[in-house]
Amino acid sequence: MENTFHVLHDFMLFTKGAAYYLMGATVLGLLGFWLYLTGRDEEKMIK
Amino acid sequence: MSHENPAVKKTWFTPFNMVVGFILLVGAVITILRFTKGLGAVTNLDDNNPWGIWISFDLLCGVALAAGGYTTSAACYVFGLKRYHSAVRPAILTAFLGYALVVFALHYDVGRPWRLPYPFFVQSGPTSVLFEVGLCVFLYLNVLFLEWSPSALEWLGYKKLRNVIVKLTLGLTIFGVILSTMHQSSLGALYLIAPSKLHPLWYSSYLPVFFFVSSIAAGLSMVIFEGTLSHRYMHHKMDETYLSEHDGVTLGFAKAASLVLAGYFFIKVVGLALDNNWHYLLTGYGLWYLVELLGFVALPAFLYAMSVREQNLKLVRWGAVLTVLGIVLNRFNVSQVAFNWHLPSAARYFPSWMEVAISIFVVTVGLVIFRFITTNMPIFYEHPEFKEHEPVELTEHELKPHPQSF
Repeated sequence: MENTFHVLHDFMLFTKGAAYYLMGATVLGLLGFWLYLTGRDEEKMIK
Repeated sequence: MSHENPAVKKTWFTPFNMVVGFILLVGAVITILRFTKGLGAVTNLDDNNPWGIWISFDLLCGVALAAGGYTTSAACYVFGLKRYHSAVRPAILTAFLGYALVVFALHYDVGRPWRLPYPFFVQSGPTSVLFEVGLCVFLYLNVLFLEWSPSALEWLGYKKLRNVIVKLTLGLTIFGVILSTMHQSSLGALYLIAPSKLHPLWYSSYLPVFFFVSSIAAGLSMVIFEGTLSHRYMHHKMDETYLSEHDGVTLGFAKAASLVLAGYFFIKVVGLALDNNWHYLLTGYGLWYLVELLGFVALPAFLYAMSVREQNLKLVRWGAVLTVLGIVLNRFNVSQVAFNWHLPSAARYFPSWMEVAISIFVVTVGLVIFRFITTNMPIFYEHPEFKEHEPVELTEHELKPHPQSF
């Protein structure tokens, strides 16, 4: 990760951009995790 | 509950009592040394490292691991999950003792115990984060005392006073959640003042959020961990309700802890991105950071999720152990390992054996009091004269026996 930031704006643009992508990934990741976590709840209810 | 056979003669010289007695004796001697000769006589603290393991372990870990009180009471009384009711009293007791010992241990660091109320009543510094932490801990300790007191009052037979305090339960729970939210996060905020001293991988402007979120996982895991130990050593004190609800509590808390840990993992990664600290991951500190993040956050989150899916109680307990260790590791990393990381190794802090002995002494004192209270007071069972709670009907899968044991 050799990034050269000349001004604060460069830094903010880069880091916020990365953070926004990660936040999107977080939403999808947590959704997937929730589905995995509760994946067998219905089976248990039926039992 | 079993009743003891009066024919069996009791002896005080059990292995447990011998070990505990030795620890208490050593602790008492060091306590006298500390309060007569000062910090220098018993600690390796210096101007570079004024906060040692008494802060890292006794205070930071103690407060985080005592979070089971507010998480359990909030689940039961605020969110209405009555199936966790039997876990409330043990959790509140653990939290109360945890906070009481935090304050007890703080005396060793601060000294001059009679001056402890000064920051609140004589020379308050309301612009300090430490003041906020102190005030919250002071108030929350009182809240926990009141929340715990019904079991003591039932034991002593003070019915009227007990009934008055029980009526305050919801208010106390809400106040407790507010206070916990404030001081759990503020403990992280303490380190915001030292961006140049704390390694960038652990320093973040989101430290208060990290501390608060991780405390929820710590509290839930401690309830599971404490429940496991109590099951093994205090089983004879548990009533039908407690025993029938125990597996449901364990699996329910595991599910919650799993989700909280997953959220904690993601916000830690977003925290890395916001400060653009990726390049540090390839250093020695980076590897240590990855051990903490992957081994003690991601792994227990996954173990918990797997155990909930498989209804595997053994796996839940391993998840709880890893989470508790992970929280201890995190607090040590923030306050010791990654703190003053620029200093040459000769100037770094390493605790003296007497500091370690006092920490063990404090935990032992807690253990002895916990044992006394759970043996004598209605913690794992409902007092016959004050039965309010009927066991919640469990589904068939919850009633199914689980072959795995820890």
